[in-house]
Amino acid sequence: MLKNKKKWFAAPFLIWSVGFILIPLGMVFYYGLRDKSGAFTLENVLAIGTPERLKALWLSLLLSFIATIICLLLGYPLASILSKMSRNQHSMIVMIFILPMWMNFLLRTLAWQTLLEKTGVINNILTFLHLPALNIINTPYAIILGMVYNFLPFMVLPLYNSLTKIDPSVINAARDLGANGVQTFCKITLPLTVPGIISGITMVFVPALTTFVISSLLGGSKILLIGNIIEQQFTQASNWQLGSGLSIVLMIFIIINMIITSIFDKDGEGAVL
Amino acid sequence: MSIKLIDLQHISKSYGSNMVLDDMNLYIRENEFLTLLGPSGCGKTTTLRIIGGFESPDTGHVMFNGTDITKLPPNKRQLNTVFQKYALFTHMNIEENIAFGLRIKGKTDQYIKDKIKYALKLVNLDGYEKRMPDSLSGGQQQRIAIARAIVNEPKLLLLDEPLGALDLKLRQDMQYELIRLKNELGITFIYVTHDQEEALTMSDTIVVMNQGYIQQIGTPESIYNEPENAFVADFIGDSNIIDAVMVRDELVSFLGARFACVDKGFGENKPVDVVIRPEDVLLVAPDEGTICGEVSHLIFKGVHYEMEVMANGFEWLVHSTTMFPVGTKVGIKVDPFNIQIMNKPVSEDEEAVGVEE
Repeated sequence: MLKNKKKWFAAPFLIWSVGFILIPLGMVFYYGLRDKSGAFTLENVLAIGTPERLKALWLSLLLSFIATIICLLLGYPLASILSKMSRNQHSMIVMIFILPMWMNFLLRTLAWQTLLEKTGVINNILTFLHLPALNIINTPYAIILGMVYNFLPFMVLPLYNSLTKIDPSVINAARDLGANGVQTFCKITLPLTVPGIISGITMVFVPALTTFVISSLLGGSKILLIGNIIEQQFTQASNWQLGSGLSIVLMIFIIINMIITSIFDKDGEGAVL
Repeated sequence: MSIKLIDLQHISKSYGSNMVLDDMNLYIRENEFLTLLGPSGCGKTTTLRIIGGFESPDTGHVMFNGTDITKLPPNKRQLNTVFQKYALFTHMNIEENIAFGLRIKGKTDQYIKDKIKYALKLVNLDGYEKRMPDSLSGGQQQRIAIARAIVNEPKLLLLDEPLGALDLKLRQDMQYELIRLKNELGITFIYVTHDQEEALTMSDTIVVMNQGYIQQIGTPESIYNEPENAFVADFIGDSNIIDAVMVRDELVSFLGARFACVDKGFGENKPVDVVIRPEDVLLVAPDEGTICGEVSHLIFKGVHYEMEVMANGFEWLVHSTTMFPVGTKVGIKVDPFNIQIMNKPVSEDEEAVGVEE
């Protein structure tokens, strides 16, 4: 009896996942694999093959890859510093770090637009200091900046988690056995944080790959990422079939990313999906 | 035996306003099994961490074989540590764990292979090379941690409550194992524990610590039989500690009676503390005892009976193989050489000694 009753607690989640995950996913495949008359076709998926769309896909992969690497390089030292702090010290820093996340995502990205503008805050300060102006708005650099800014917390948190899981005496043991700081990091700390790294990479790479907000706000209308192209199909061209078909292509790349990362993550600790 | 392998000179260490070690001086001879014994927070682990290089003292020097190693990082010290919670590298198998230190030192593959085989044999775990640490029991993991430390042929092995996480039976087995290892390897052990029995079983020398001060240094026998103050007497085994007055040499008065003892040189009519071990209290017929009392509690402990005897306002703890039922009138007698006389604490430092954990 009790066992059966407990099962009902899962019902809200079940309704949620069917209604908002499985059905939409099914609809993406339904539309993506059919033409307007309703017959099966791969045309919408293969439509990725135009030069413009391939270029957008390549640019998306490249920019999100670079953003992920930058997040990892920035996030690892930060997470490492945080993990060594006492609880009182780090809660303050985590607070400062998480605070921007309380603001709307769009608002934060728009703020960067204002900051980076040709006559924006940053350039005004640079001019005041007689330094050359920074012209990165509407370039891929601005998009990478936006990605790193928005997704860095998703890199730091899993890294922080896996770093705090390491028993300090394990680090001491490595030092005790003759390893210097660098050797200890390479042979002990880094391997033990692989699950966090994997999780962080996935949590940054996937949203960066699919974003269209960052690229349209900071990249101007000139730079199209694959997310923008898919968005256009739904909002402007009203071509749900093509939009869904291209989404399937994007999904394939995300799945490839997860397969690659899961190879490195034998314990499955970093699995997000 | 007389070479000072480690010499701690005027070591002080505090965390914030909390003084952990205060001007500690201690040396450890080569080939000694030395145990730092005390309740938690007494500074024993901090002492070990200072020797290992994981903490640096606020003042003072750590000398190793005559050279000052106070500022040397742990990886440059010729000693190894066995940690309380094993601290094995969970992403490596047993072989890789043991080889870790040797690979860093750039030893040849053949040398490393031989060493692993030798070390695993020494800790009775041959054939475990390819196992992962998680698949081993606590006792096995601790033995791997010991193997990982000793393959590096340290001059000194530091052990931080290595048996603390093991159950009683395994702990006792490991105690004998450690004594055997020490004799086979001929290296110096510094062992940290709060378990007085463990300390008595294994050590050549015991250092009893409390609140950052060394209370007594001595062999297990001298620590047990001749505690220098009430803290040591109370911490090492059970004891009856009684306020007394030293009437003159070889005569002490307490609980309204006079007892012959063997101690001299305390002066006349001087207040002292007296320690009598429960197994040294002899229960006899009421008219034969120095003082009389009545048995108030009786517990069977296996090896002996534990009794409490109320006599002249003091509850005596008595261990005896002869049973006296509750309510029996008994006489209490103590052989002169079983009465241990201690000075009362005089300074504020020593005041700390009476405080129980």
